[in-house]
Amino acid sequence: MNAPHDDLARRNRQFALGGVAFVVGMLALAYAAVPFYSAFCRATGYGGTPQIAKADARTEGRRTLRVAFDTNVAPGLAWSFEPETDSVVVRTGKTATVFFRARNLSDQPTAANATFNVTPEVSGAWFDKIQCFCFSEQHLGPHESAEWPVVFFLDPKLETDESMARVDSITLSYTLFAAPPDRGDSRERPGPAG
Amino acid sequence: MASVSEFAHSEAEVHEEHGHPTGWRRYLFSTNHKDIGTLYLVLAICAGIIGMLLSIAIRAELMFPGAHVFPVLSAILDGDGSHDAGKNLYNVFFSAHAVIMIFFMVMPAMMGGFGNWFVPLLIGAPDMAFPRLNNLSFWLLVAGFVMAMISMFVDGSPGFKGFGGGWVLYPPMASTVGTPGPAADFFILSFHLAGMASIIGAINFIATIFNMRAPGMTMFRMPLFVWSVLVTAFLLLLALPVLAGALTMLLTDRNFHTTFFEPSGGGDPILYQHIFWFFGHPEVYILIIPGFGMISQVVATFAKKPVFGYAGMVYAMLAIGLLGFMVWAHHMFTTGMSLAAQRYFVFATMVIAVPTGVKVFSWIATMWGGSISLRPPMLWAIGFIFVFTVGGVTGVVLANAAIDRYVHDTYYVVAHFHYVMSLGAVFSIFAGFYYWFPKMTGYLYDERLAKWHFWVSFVGINLTFFPQHFLGFQGMPRRTIDYADAYWLWNFVSSIGAYISGAGTLVFLYLIYEAFKAKRAAPANPWGPGATTLEWSVPSPAPFHTWETPPHIPGYDEHGAEPVVAAPGSAH
Repeated sequence: MNAPHDDLARRNRQFALGGVAFVVGMLALAYAAVPFYSAFCRATGYGGTPQIAKADARTEGRRTLRVAFDTNVAPGLAWSFEPETDSVVVRTGKTATVFFRARNLSDQPTAANATFNVTPEVSGAWFDKIQCFCFSEQHLGPHESAEWPVVFFLDPKLETDESMARVDSITLSYTLFAAPPDRGDSRERPGPAG
Repeated sequence: MASVSEFAHSEAEVHEEHGHPTGWRRYLFSTNHKDIGTLYLVLAICAGIIGMLLSIAIRAELMFPGAHVFPVLSAILDGDGSHDAGKNLYNVFFSAHAVIMIFFMVMPAMMGGFGNWFVPLLIGAPDMAFPRLNNLSFWLLVAGFVMAMISMFVDGSPGFKGFGGGWVLYPPMASTVGTPGPAADFFILSFHLAGMASIIGAINFIATIFNMRAPGMTMFRMPLFVWSVLVTAFLLLLALPVLAGALTMLLTDRNFHTTFFEPSGGGDPILYQHIFWFFGHPEVYILIIPGFGMISQVVATFAKKPVFGYAGMVYAMLAIGLLGFMVWAHHMFTTGMSLAAQRYFVFATMVIAVPTGVKVFSWIATMWGGSISLRPPMLWAIGFIFVFTVGGVTGVVLANAAIDRYVHDTYYVVAHFHYVMSLGAVFSIFAGFYYWFPKMTGYLYDERLAKWHFWVSFVGINLTFFPQHFLGFQGMPRRTIDYADAYWLWNFVSSIGAYISGAGTLVFLYLIYEAFKAKRAAPANPWGPGATTLEWSVPSPAPFHTWETPPHIPGYDEHGAEPVVAAPGSAH
């Protein structure tokens, strides 16, 4: 009677350990979802994450779309922040440069990071930035102001995306957040868009 | 399954001398699957009553346009009778209603209550594989319930008490932005404890079902309720750690300055929704699959026929469980997905209708040509098939991204998930309750009262939720205390329905009281020849210890060889 009972206890223990391993694995996967999601957004433009391009588009497309700009400053950061123009009209494949004006309204030097995305969110895959102030942390001295360029183009391939067929206006939005005070200067911000 | 066997009858006498703790120790320290099952059922009934009182308060508020009930309630509970305090309290009530009903009513009743009571009995095992973990599981759940209750009385949103962000806990409402107070932390910890309890319970069920079946009880001869518990246990094991992960991230975002869901640090609140619904969609199957198992057994018993398509039923449950993990983003159609992603989630969601249809048609085919007796469990089972089908059909409607865009966050969604949960899951719980009550208590209940309970509840609850389809299509948003006057009529009808189903619950409570008072002794098998599963071969109430000697499974050769005659499924 004892031998089968020990055997059962052993098998039960194996199932318990297996179950616990399984649970720990799923918990780890939940955390793994965070970097995976970030990479997924950057790769596919999901959530309106614009792409980063090294050079201008090779070809020029036929459609023209309006690109509007939206700027926000999160509470806790005494800066003003606005685009030089509300919107521009660009042809796909043509590189455009738009300046954003920022000014530190406080008496202290402060640093800020910008989160960014585009709406409609499906246009993230086709919105390519070559240069952007949001790639790094920005520093402004007391009452200092700056003009930041954003260089971008719309990928001509968006013309083949049926999700984009009825989109003729894209909004690029930025929100400036105060950078954590104890951080070193200009770090890369690989995180997904907000 | 096995026909009534004589092997079991001496169990009670054999174990009489081998005493067990009595009084409160019997329950507090219990390691007996039946006592723990009873504890779970008691918790489920208490939580169900609290959850229902919350919902009646909600319906009382929505009976007429304008906020007039909750400001008064808020004045009574918190001394703040302002309009905003009323609105906050309304949010707290519907959030608590959902959490209590999901985690502390349906899950404890099905898995904890009936699962603990009947899985060992149905497979011929003496107890669960880990009786002490079973005890831990239950008391963790109680601690979780206490946490959820405390949450309603501590600071939440600025100036108010309680957490009002819904059971989904989406940031930023659930982050420090929307709820700086500790109410959200209590809510999160409540989920953590309830989740831990369920994970431990799930491991226990898996070990029990795989290792402790009586000789001859092969996997494909297990009653369908055991299968449904097994499938649910795997879903719990897959889904709950993911919820725990998401909630832990939220908790550290709130308290330790991580930025998983905080845009200022590169996080994304939409990520929370993905992780949450990866848990959340399987969760709704966790709530209903044990019900499928109970309904199958009840229908077979009262149609006096074996379940039609036993193997198909098993595979359908497995398929539903598996597909449940591949459709989560249909809760998120409006968060901005590409057409291709929407298409995938629409079609994947609709595919679930196939195994679900297999189940519904198999239940009907089981009844077809059967000698049906409309005893109370069968009434609830047939009621279940009806309301679950209604809820399933509106689910297929909602699966369409285009329609979902129109009715997203309206009362149409509320009607849909209450049809599958509040009606479907709850009807299956009552079917199981009335089916197994004589076995659990040893008493017969008054069947006339049980039928009254069914009809009053059936009318009341359909009256509550059917009109909400109309409200949803007319565009009434959910989770708001007030509405435009044009929505008044169906809201009024819906509230009347809620009061009627509340009256049904009073009938239910009286029925339990009456059964315990009248003490009509139940025979081992009160349901006649249709009840063929093993639990009906032990006396009623089931003795403290059962199957210490494994039961005889018909067709099983004592020398350990597999039977040659019985094909899979024919055993049921």
